[in-house]
This record gives sequence, structure tokens and C-alpha cells, in this order.
Amino acid sequence: MNFALTEDQQMIRDAAEGFLAEASGSAAVRAAMDGDAGIDRTLWQGMADLGWCGTHIAEAHGGLGLGVVELVLLLEQMGRRLPCVPFFSSVCLAGTALQQAGSDTARARWLPRIADGSLQATLALSARGVQWDATMPGATARRAAAGWQLDGSFAHVPDGASAELIFVVARLADTDEIGLFAVPSSTPGLQRAPLRTWDATRRLAEVALNGVQLGDGDRVDGGAEVPAALQRSAAIAALLLAAEQLGGAQQCLALTLAYTAQRSQFGQPVAAFQAVKHRCAEMMVRIEATRSAVYGAAALAAEATALEPLVLEAGAAKAQASEAFFFCAQEAIQLHGGVGFTWEYDPHLYFKRAQAGAHWLGTPQQWRERIAAALLD
Amino acid sequence: MQLAFTPEDEAFRVEVAQWMSAHLTGPFASIRHRGGPGDDEADPALLKAWERELAAGRFSCVGWPEAWGGRGLSIERQVIFHEEYVRAGAPGRIGHIGEGLLGPTLIALGTDEQRQRFLPGIAAGTEYWCQGFSEPAAGSDLANVQTRAQRDPASGDWVLHGQKVWTSWALASDWIFVLARTEPGSRGHRGLSFLLVPLAQRGVEIRPIRQLTGGSEFNEVFFDGARAQAWQIVGRPGDGWAVAMALLGFERGVSTLGQQMHFAHELQLVIEAARCNGAARDPALRQRIAEAWAGLRVMRYNALRMLSGPQDGRLRPEAMIYKHYWSNWHRDLGKLALDVLGIDGDVRADGDAARTRLQQVALFARADTIYAGTNEIQLNLIAERALGMPKAARPTVDRLNKNDQCK
Repeated sequence: MNFALTEDQQMIRDAAEGFLAEASGSAAVRAAMDGDAGIDRTLWQGMADLGWCGTHIAEAHGGLGLGVVELVLLLEQMGRRLPCVPFFSSVCLAGTALQQAGSDTARARWLPRIADGSLQATLALSARGVQWDATMPGATARRAAAGWQLDGSFAHVPDGASAELIFVVARLADTDEIGLFAVPSSTPGLQRAPLRTWDATRRLAEVALNGVQLGDGDRVDGGAEVPAALQRSAAIAALLLAAEQLGGAQQCLALTLAYTAQRSQFGQPVAAFQAVKHRCAEMMVRIEATRSAVYGAAALAAEATALEPLVLEAGAAKAQASEAFFFCAQEAIQLHGGVGFTWEYDPHLYFKRAQAGAHWLGTPQQWRERIAAALLD
Repeated sequence: MQLAFTPEDEAFRVEVAQWMSAHLTGPFASIRHRGGPGDDEADPALLKAWERELAAGRFSCVGWPEAWGGRGLSIERQVIFHEEYVRAGAPGRIGHIGEGLLGPTLIALGTDEQRQRFLPGIAAGTEYWCQGFSEPAAGSDLANVQTRAQRDPASGDWVLHGQKVWTSWALASDWIFVLARTEPGSRGHRGLSFLLVPLAQRGVEIRPIRQLTGGSEFNEVFFDGARAQAWQIVGRPGDGWAVAMALLGFERGVSTLGQQMHFAHELQLVIEAARCNGAARDPALRQRIAEAWAGLRVMRYNALRMLSGPQDGRLRPEAMIYKHYWSNWHRDLGKLALDVLGIDGDVRADGDAARTRLQQVALFARADTIYAGTNEIQLNLIAERALGMPKAARPTVDRLNKNDQCK
């Protein structure tokens, strides 16, 4: 038992911190936010060049062959800087789902391109929301002459308008089975409508499939156990999002400490008032509690093969992280005072991401009900 | 980052579990899950007999060096010991203050004479200690000690006058370590000494404090001419504050995992109560039970971070938040327990051990956020030491610094 980061893990973390501080400052984030696709292409290429996209992808598929712990460390740093890149949608959602549920052929075909960043993919998981819900598949797949016909719609697909490839979860018609399909963005019958989101650092799109015709080879799942594999993918993705929320919460505290140290009222720094100090200390308590939950679940995910404990711990981490991030973001606005209410200062960027992210991959209430069912029913 | 223990460590886990289950029998069966905080009706004589049973099995002072009667266990094995100890339902440790606080202090800072006189009694479970720090005017402001000790020129003894308060297990203890002012006119943390005082002597009076739990595990200890011999001082006269701070720093967190097993047991009682009375179907209570479970995971991983970090004496973030986190979690668990019990939470039922335990938890947990640094003191420490925010003015300390400047 040793819970400390290894030297390599510490290096990954430190390198990510340095790179993002340089490449994803407030001005860069705001410039990308104002763009149509909401993506900073230079930054995205930079991350790809550093190999980040292949962090948890096997070496045989062009990745670094590292694990969830290393990816968690990267996402924590990304959470601090709000980089406007499709990393979460392509690597964490699509990459994880393909790794867990994909056939050997599909993994060999797509993972190397996700790993080197040359392909921007995403995942359409369920009809509404960014979540896994076996009862709400967004699409139905029917046997057709050439292979498969897909029909359906997904209301909230992360980076759905800019992705080049969408992995679509569909129910196989007249069965209870679930299949995973690869739909290139140019496929006839695929319609994508970008949504205007208040969290402009991360985009959603409505994706509709109307009589989309696919070949046999476009069904990319490995056959059996797709629901379990997707459940595992969603749990890992929830944990990765929790890591990002941890970083966001940490940055809210950092912004608040910096601001209250230099803002003076009644002849002393605002940071010297006990009412302010206690609120900052409360932020730290929640942040460190979140760090323990996230790192613990990551260590478990890196070692454990059983699905149930992973789902419960990842869910607990996501619930904790969502609430800690929102708490820290609202405190950041409050403790910045008037300027916290302006567009010019950054707290609102974190506030909007905190609120939106709490509804991705399971809300705190949903996860707690899942845990309660395991404990009580 | 690795959660798994080695096969050798797992073998030790089995050894501890087997020993505990073999020895928590006979007279000791009645103290399973007893003697923890809030359980002041557990029999001290039986708890002491259990300490001697542990000592005979080499399961007391497992973290001490072998030279002093310990077992010199690694951090991992101490963790395993504490986990299996509680998992087996073994009782709260009446010898904790000697084993966990005074013993390590004497090993680090005591004289050979003190080590030879006191360590064997602690390790064997034959001598018991309590802590004399807090006073009526020295709570959060711990350095505001008024108890004074003067040298008797004839014998060299230290003669004590004053009062300590919130002393756990004073009536069951043989000795008390006391922070006393030995430099007349000194203030704050200067001029204090750390004295080892026998309780069985004229000039010591112990009065139980009746708590809101109805019980009395805390006491007041009055000194009116009580004595400590010249050699019964740890550190030099005037070094008492540094010795006391070192003592408080010896709790490295290994026992926190045992504490968490207690908490897990309490949560399990809450879950069973909810299943029995239908509260398990209440959506709001389900949320709170799940949140309590998640909090236990946080505490476990937080403790593993504390134990795995560099042991360089620097206060790390996970250690700084820990007291605030667990005490508030436990207080919330107590409220949850009573809400699950519903109106029955108000009804005493001596024959219902689980209900009684949950009621004790709910009431005693009100102390958790007060003792060992209140919530408010914890937040001050976090803000000032971990976050580097400006320090608040502290009148006694500031006055002291001014006096220094005058000199």
C-alpha cells in the first residue's frame, strides 16, 4: 500500500501544470470561447504533440499505455485552466468507450487516431443528457440491405457539431441488445445542430440520425456485454470529469486567495477578515476531501476489475466533486465582491462549467441514489 | 499509487484477526464494540484487563520500538492492526493516552530514567495516563495556562496549584501529565513546563463533569499543593509548550483508520435501523445515508494520503483538513441516526443496544467539533497555515511580543 504519486506521475502532473498555465490562460480561453466551434486548435495540436490523447490507450494502439491515475492528473490540471479543446469528448468519452466496448478490429482502426489526436471523435450515449442510461438509448439500429440503418436523436452530444466521428449507442431493433456504431460526420442523414451553451468553454450539439445507412463494419462493439462495458466506460468518464472538477475548484480557491490578498477595505486586505478566511478554509476542506475521493477511486480503477465497486466509488467521487466545484465557484463570485459579477473577471467561467458539469454523467442525487440502492435495497 | 498490501502484510492481517477473535471471548465478550467515545459505562477494570491481555499477546504499543516493549511495526502493519482490531469489535483503548501520546513523547524527549520508569508500565497495561492541558481559561487559547508550579527549595519537588478540565479517564488513571506555569509573571506559551504528576496523592481532587449525554467521562482535576518530583519534568523548565506541541504531533494518523472502522460500524447500525423501520424507503434519508458512505471513502483515502506522504514533519493539506472533516461527518452521522430512528430516537431503550449506541453517537458527537481544536480554530489554522492568509491579532501573544521589544 502506497498512496503517494510515483515520480513519473508527479512529472506528468507538473508538466501539465506548466504547459497549461502557458497555453491556456484566461485570454486564450476567452478567444476560443468566442469562436464558432469553441475550439483552440493550436492548443489541441499542442496536447496531441505531447501525447496526452493516448495517455490511457494501449501501446499496441499507439497510446502511452498508462492508466486512469495518469489521466486523472492531466484532467485535474485541465480543470484549472478550462482549455477549449475536445479532449473530454474525444479521449475520455469516445476513447474510453471504444477501449471498453469496441471489437478488436474497431480498436485497431480508431484508437491510434484518437491517441495521436488526428481524429476528433465523440460519443452519443443516450437520448437526453450526457449520461449512460440503458433505458434511454437515443437511436435504434435495424438490419438493412447494406448492413444497418440508424434512426434516432441525441439532444446533448459533447462537441457533437465539431467531431469528425460520432460513436452512437443504439438499441438493436426488436431486441434488448445494445450496439455501438461509428458514424462519420459526413454520413448522409446525420444532422448536427450546435447548441448555444452558457458554459461556452464546452459545447453541446443536438444530433439526429434519419435513415443513416451503415455497413456491417461500422458496428464497432465486440458483441457480448456491451451494456456492462458502457456502464464501466461511463463510470470511468464520470471519475475523469470529477478530476477536472477538482482542478476547477482548486483554481476558484486560488483566484479568490489572490484577489482577497490584494483588495483592501477598512484599511486591511479583505483576506484578513475572519469571515473571509473561514470561507476560504471551507473551500479547502471540500477540495482536499474531493482530492482524496478522486485519487482513491482512480487507484481503484487502475487496479480493480469488478464493476460494482468501481461504479460506486466513481459515482461518489463525481457527486463530491460536482458539489465541491459548485461551492467553490459560488464562493469565488461572492468573495470577489462586485467584480465577481463582471464578465471581465474569471469566476463566472468556472461557475458556469460547475453548474453544467454537475449534470453530465450523473448528478450528485442520481449517484447517491445508486449508492443507496447498493446499501439499502 | 497502489492500494494493495503485500502478501506478507495480508498474512499479518490474518494473524491479528485470528488473535482478536480468539481472545475477545470469556469475560471480554461483553466489551465488544464498547469503551469508545460516549460509552462511559464500560467497566474500566475490564478495559484494563483487556489492555493486559493485548500486552501479553504483544498487541500493545505495536508502533513503539522493540527496545521499549513495542513491536516496531511498519506504518502499513500498524494500519492493518488498527483495522482488524476494530473490525473484530475490540473495545476502545483505555491505554491510548499513554501508548499514543506520552510514550512517544518520552521516547523522543524524555530522560533514560523517565523511559525506564514509565514505558514498561504503559506497554504492560499496568499504568494509565491522562492529559492535563485544558483549563477553564485555556480552551482554544491553550497557552493561557494559569496552573502554576513552584520549586520546593528543600526537596526540589514541583508544587502545583490550579485546575485542569476536560480530563478524560482521570478517575481510571494513575498519572497525569500537566502543562504548568513555572515562571511567575510569564504569559502565553513561555514559562511553561511539562510535569509528570501522580494522581494518588494529597492535593489532587478529581470531580466528574456531567455531560449532555448524561454520563461523565470528562473530569475536573484540582491541584492544591500536589507534587511532582524534581526528575518528573520532560524537557527543561520553560520548555513545556514545545514538549506539549511535540506530543500533539505524534498522532500520525495510523489510528485514524481504526477510528474509521468504528464509524463504519456505526453507519452499518444506521443502515440496519433504516431497513427495519422503513426509513430506507425515504428518498431524502437515502441521499443522506449514501452521502455518509461516500464520506467514509473520503476519510479512508485521506488517511492513506496522510500515511503515504513524506514524513518530513511539514503539515500537509490532507492532514490539515482531517480533524474538521471527520468531526463534522460524525456529527452529521449522529443527526442522521436520530432522523432514521424517528420518534424512537427520543425514547430510551436500555435493552436495545443498537438504538442506545446510536443515541450515544448522536449526543457525544456534539463534542467532536469542539475538543482537540474547535471547528472555528481548525478553519483559522487552515486559513493561516495552509492558505497563508493574514494572521489575526492575538492579544496575549501580541502583548508578549511588545514586551520583548521593550527589553
